[in-house]
Amino acid sequence: MTQPLVHVELRPGAYADSVTLLQVSRAVQGLDGVLAAQVAMATGLNVEVLTEMGFAVPAEATTNDLVVALRLADAGALDEALAGVERALKDANRRDDGPTEIAPPRTTASALRRAPEGLTLVSVPGASALVEAMDALDAGRDVMIFSDNVPLDQELALKRTAAARGLLVMGPDCGTAVVGGLGLGFANTVSPGPVGIVAASGTGCQQLLALLDHAGVGVTSALGVGGRDLSADVRGLSTREALRRLDEDPAVELIVLVSKPPAEDVADEIRAYAAGLGTPVQLALLGAGQPDLTAAAESVLERLGRDVPSWPVCGTAEPATGGRLLRGLFVGGTLCDEAMLIATDALGPVRSNIPFSPDLALDSSLTADAHTMVDFGDDALTAGRAHPMIDPTLRLEHLARVAADDTTAVVLMDVVLGHGSEPDPAAALATAIADVRQPVVIAVVGTDGDPQGLERQVRALVSAGAEVHLSNAGATRRAIELLDQTKDGSR
Amino acid sequence: MSTPTHVAPSHVISAGADLFADAVAAQAVDVTRVDWRPPMPGTDADLAAVAADPLRRDANERALAAMLGVTATLVDVAPAYDVLGLEAGQFLHAGPPIEWARASGPLRGALMGGAALEGLVDDPEDAVALFESGTSVQLEPCHHRGTVGPMAGVVTPSMWMLVLEDPKTGKRTHCSLNEGLGKVLRYGAYSPEVLTRLRWMRDVLGPTLQGAVRSVRDSTGPVDVTGILTQMLQMGDEAHNRNRAGTLMLLRDLAPAMVAGRAEREDVADVLRFIGGNDHFFLNAAMPACKLALDAARGIEGSSMVVAMARNGTDFGIQVAGTGDEWFTGPAQVAEGLYLGDYGPDDANPDIGDSAITETAGIGGFAMATAPAIVRLVGGSVPDALATTRRMHEITLGENPRWSVPVLEFQGVPSGIDVTRVCRTGILPQINTGMAGRVAGTGQVGAGLVTPPAEIFPKALGRLAELSRTRSTL
Repeated sequence: MTQPLVHVELRPGAYADSVTLLQVSRAVQGLDGVLAAQVAMATGLNVEVLTEMGFAVPAEATTNDLVVALRLADAGALDEALAGVERALKDANRRDDGPTEIAPPRTTASALRRAPEGLTLVSVPGASALVEAMDALDAGRDVMIFSDNVPLDQELALKRTAAARGLLVMGPDCGTAVVGGLGLGFANTVSPGPVGIVAASGTGCQQLLALLDHAGVGVTSALGVGGRDLSADVRGLSTREALRRLDEDPAVELIVLVSKPPAEDVADEIRAYAAGLGTPVQLALLGAGQPDLTAAAESVLERLGRDVPSWPVCGTAEPATGGRLLRGLFVGGTLCDEAMLIATDALGPVRSNIPFSPDLALDSSLTADAHTMVDFGDDALTAGRAHPMIDPTLRLEHLARVAADDTTAVVLMDVVLGHGSEPDPAAALATAIADVRQPVVIAVVGTDGDPQGLERQVRALVSAGAEVHLSNAGATRRAIELLDQTKDGSR
Repeated sequence: MSTPTHVAPSHVISAGADLFADAVAAQAVDVTRVDWRPPMPGTDADLAAVAADPLRRDANERALAAMLGVTATLVDVAPAYDVLGLEAGQFLHAGPPIEWARASGPLRGALMGGAALEGLVDDPEDAVALFESGTSVQLEPCHHRGTVGPMAGVVTPSMWMLVLEDPKTGKRTHCSLNEGLGKVLRYGAYSPEVLTRLRWMRDVLGPTLQGAVRSVRDSTGPVDVTGILTQMLQMGDEAHNRNRAGTLMLLRDLAPAMVAGRAEREDVADVLRFIGGNDHFFLNAAMPACKLALDAARGIEGSSMVVAMARNGTDFGIQVAGTGDEWFTGPAQVAEGLYLGDYGPDDANPDIGDSAITETAGIGGFAMATAPAIVRLVGGSVPDALATTRRMHEITLGENPRWSVPVLEFQGVPSGIDVTRVCRTGILPQINTGMAGRVAGTGQVGAGLVTPPAEIFPKALGRLAELSRTRSTL
């Protein structure tokens, strides 16, 4: 039977702070054979604690003495326990590297406190977009909101706040902006120049950038405002501020406003506002009976006194041998809209997930026995997943289904290049269209300066058998032409 | 002023998809990436409502400025019956309101000791019946009487209080005198030695301090407690778990007046020895100084700034500038830390005390970076201390230009806890605290770090959102 051992030792002149000693005590308590341990300076409080623990502290102890008090299972454990005390005292003073890097900011407000200059780009999920964007407005900064699925009342709250403070809110659901030459979101690389763009449509803006770039006309700023900005609810709150900003830029000779046709009274208000500016404003309103984007670009060039080039086409699609329907698969909402306008004129009603009228809506299968055009960038198809310009999976799956469908005569698509888009969209798409027996016409919207390389992308798609246009309207008309030839052939 | 849009921004803040930040960086423009994460569950809509509240921005600016504009001076020391009008049978306690039936061990212990101190019972144990019947006693939070109390925070009519005043407004706050560590009433101990000490504090310490504080006040002007806080934060104190420099500076300011006063030499020596030997003496001046500053921000409509965090040993409660006197409460947590002697986690009571008013004002755990000596309470390191203070900046509205942290390039302490930022980031306020024994009568069992229960912040946010929606439909 072994006897418990109580060991109390005074170490005059040894000092460690109370926190260190609490830690040392805890470490020693964890050693084998140690029933209780307390290593502490002999302050009144500590002596009291030690006494309560059953240790007799020598009366001569002063507050400058270190007490080592151990209760051990048996005497044999003493050496190891004392060694443990030494180790713990030494360990307590070791350097611990711990976290040395400064953690990144967790909110936009915090980021703006560290870097108060500049512009804020918000692409968090829609339910949280207002909160981050409001941080920017609170700090007196402009903000671009890429996020979609932002409730209308929140958009209004943001834009009213911005208007009261002379700030610009680009978005929500603003896919594209060029600010003083800096591309934000999905934006093409363009040179500075005499045109300023205000766009309620991201890919509409990108088409304009690509066509003007091809014609040698630069754009210094293209300010997005979000697809709802010219609605009867929002009434162009951001459009006015964007127009004002571009009007302030002495380098801008002509402002182009790209939008779907707004409500008539909103259009009147905007026209009246634009008339008060020093810079002329050309409205490019996409709708039935209105010029398409390519025509709008041409009239911009004419107005600037520039030559209108022929828009490039590469490759030649062979007319198909069967099928009767046109199938459009788009990543750009406005490009899809534009194609539908042209196709509806030529072919009659087109079914879509962004239909011209509710009776033309597609169900969730996105298929119908009709001419169809699908916008894979629509809010409903991007909730919970990346935009198709980033992740092509959904469209590629649908392409395979469309190609396997005997009723499909011609496939029409878009590829949108620029910052933010996938690094090599032609790679996966070329492989996919090589297996498509129907003719494939593609509008590749991009510039020579885009990171993906316009020429390389076009070449890859042409090698796979596609016919590639720079103009989406041109591509659409060509697809309709091929459809007619197919029909003629089948007659 | 906005930046002109025809010049490329010098800098972009990106919150969300990394690929857009990458695209900006690829165009040779600096990007700050926000480490955005989803907010606390279910808070999306309330966060948007509060962010869109037109009152919020200015209300928060005003709340922060009001808090930072207060100077706390020590103008008097006097019994609670005198300065608070506390009557026999009335007991103040820490934290949000609570009744005896739900009171924790240390709060009960302190109330029992307090009843004995006031002569309501001879033996503290007899006080249980008194509180159970409840007919002759009343419990009320310290905060409801312009007071804060550390740990159990029990104040009885005969206890002497430090009286702090903002010279600009004449507003006042109060706190009892600190008893020291170990077996003390505020940790729930009520043994004869505890009561003996309290009687000495009542008969000797209080009157001696009163003489000195009044003498200093009337000759050179009252002791500037806010000023001492400024200095001690540069001397390794965070003014919650470490008050060593502050205590000695206060002693330095009062000692000559004590010696020159009318008190007996032996009593003066005892008082000097008691204060000098109690590193936490200044905590009871720091706490009401913090409350005085935060009270200035109360009642500012639309503000989401926290004006009080307090615990009664059972519940943790917060009050917010824009929600009046409402408490938002949840269960108090047990601190993580180190234990005295044989004590362990099973012996510790959940978090207790009004002392989290220091964190609410930006010191204590929020100023951990300035007090690396105590980061080891949870086995942390000096870099942890720096990271803690930096992390608290994520949930606060601004910085305190007076209270700075040398090791962080004299950055001001993170000030003005914003309910919305807590909900957005999920980062909870870091509180340094002592741990009381679970069983009444035990006293202190350790010290450590603790956070509030997360759910009280969405509760407060919900109320702010509701008030904002009501205003917008008027």
